[in-house]
Amino acid sequence: MAAAELLKFENVVAGYGKETILHGLSFAVPRGAMTTVIGPNGAGKSTAFKAAFGMLAVRSGRILFEDREITNRAPRELIGEGICYVPQGRNIFPELSVLHNLEFGGVAAPKGTDLKARIEAVMDRFAVLRRKARHQASTLSGGEQKILEIARGLLLQPRLMLIDEPSIGLSPLLVEELFALLRELRKGGITLLMIEQNAKRALENSDYGVVLELGRMRLQDSARAILSDPRIGQLFLGGGLSA
Amino acid sequence: MGIGILALAGAFLLVAPLGLKPYGIFILSMWAVMTIAAIGLNLTLGYAGQISLAQAAFVGIGAYVTAWLTTKGAWPFWPTYALGFASCFAVGWILGYPALRVQHHYLAFVTLAFNTLVYLVFRNEEWLTNGIYGISNVPRPSLFGFSLKGGREFYYFCLANLVFVSLAAWWLIRSPWGRAFVAVRENPIRALSLGVDTRRYTLMAFAIGAGLGGISGALYAPLTQFVDPTPFALGLSLNLLLMVVLGGSGYFFGPFLGAIVAVLLPEWLRFAQGYYLMGYAVLVMVMMAFWPTGLLGLADRLLKK
Repeated sequence: MAAAELLKFENVVAGYGKETILHGLSFAVPRGAMTTVIGPNGAGKSTAFKAAFGMLAVRSGRILFEDREITNRAPRELIGEGICYVPQGRNIFPELSVLHNLEFGGVAAPKGTDLKARIEAVMDRFAVLRRKARHQASTLSGGEQKILEIARGLLLQPRLMLIDEPSIGLSPLLVEELFALLRELRKGGITLLMIEQNAKRALENSDYGVVLELGRMRLQDSARAILSDPRIGQLFLGGGLSA
Repeated sequence: MGIGILALAGAFLLVAPLGLKPYGIFILSMWAVMTIAAIGLNLTLGYAGQISLAQAAFVGIGAYVTAWLTTKGAWPFWPTYALGFASCFAVGWILGYPALRVQHHYLAFVTLAFNTLVYLVFRNEEWLTNGIYGISNVPRPSLFGFSLKGGREFYYFCLANLVFVSLAAWWLIRSPWGRAFVAVRENPIRALSLGVDTRRYTLMAFAIGAGLGGISGALYAPLTQFVDPTPFALGLSLNLLLMVVLGGSGYFFGPFLGAIVAVLLPEWLRFAQGYYLMGYAVLVMVMMAFWPTGLLGLADRLLKK
């Protein structure tokens, strides 16, 4: 039987140059659920994602995916394992067409993958991408660009999606739509691990929460429990929650 | 419309030598040979975004390999052609390593230094290259028993090579490889997060671009039938860069047009005698100032309007 945890950090130490950001980070990501990582600036949230996706060297500790060690493996191999990473900010190629951007999602596809069919399927799902397939990607609105990024990630049918601050720069209405989309992906069987500044709203949409501080895991619980924890309210979520 | 223009250009290239004097045919052959080198540079620079000022060195390596082996070694042409490509591919791969560390103008200087180094080897290592005396009487090959000694026959041979290289490049650009090259050019970090092995593709972009330079050189040697160091100095690298940028860097047909401007236009401007190079320089400056995306970039913009 498959383990209940899809992804696991075990005492991970990592950082940039001489600076250490993650000081022995350990936590586990439950399979088939949506987990939100919260924590103040500099807690190491994005760093943890980069370390998991092979874009930052792990100095010690281990990262496990499906109980197999994936520490320091190349992004290309991790994509092959079924991990997809949607970094913070705008990650489209603005000068190129929407279709060209989608095709990039298949760059690491294994031989024999019918990319055309998959791109068609993704465009069936997101009508806006089909309508604007030939447009330059920079002409899409902020929300559409994020959809394009997620659609691009879905092309390889991942089992785990790491998504870093997807709501940044989006209007509240679009944020709602985005979270609805993420919930839908989870229903489709994709495990989601998300970083969000908008912690309250993200936790309301998630099953679990993980709290990081200074490169360590401080708390891991159901999203509801974290939302109602007064300490967390004061620490990270601003006033209002604990009242 | 694109297909119409292509058919017209193809028909012109097929018929043109019938009405040209030997010198005209030679220049047109040179256009085909230089276009092949420019297609290579367009892959490296236009598609993968790696600046190289060393393309002339690869044309030179290809030319010397073919010239040396077909004269002193008495080899048949085809193995030297393959070796010209392979040796440039290998050296290009190695030259790609600096590109993993430095970019833009720093990379330009690394490749510039390499070009100079290769030129000095051509000129000074007489035991190998015959120095400034060069290698003369490079034979022209025959194909399926059909002699290509005549200028017109050799022109069609160069043209066939250009078609072959173009089809290969077209296929490459359309393949996932081509997409990966563009992803690396546009944003290496994003490319990495999409699973592109940016290291490998950067090296590959250099190696393939250099390999096509080698093919160009392997044709250059029997075309001119004489190889000496001078044509492969930095000037040719700059000229090839001009062809790519002027035609439209990252446009498939950019090198074809760029090579027309760089190889044929100076010949057409000869009527102006002493002033033709000045006129040419001014023309290039004006074109670059007003149409920095090159001729095809300009066409693209006009068509979209």
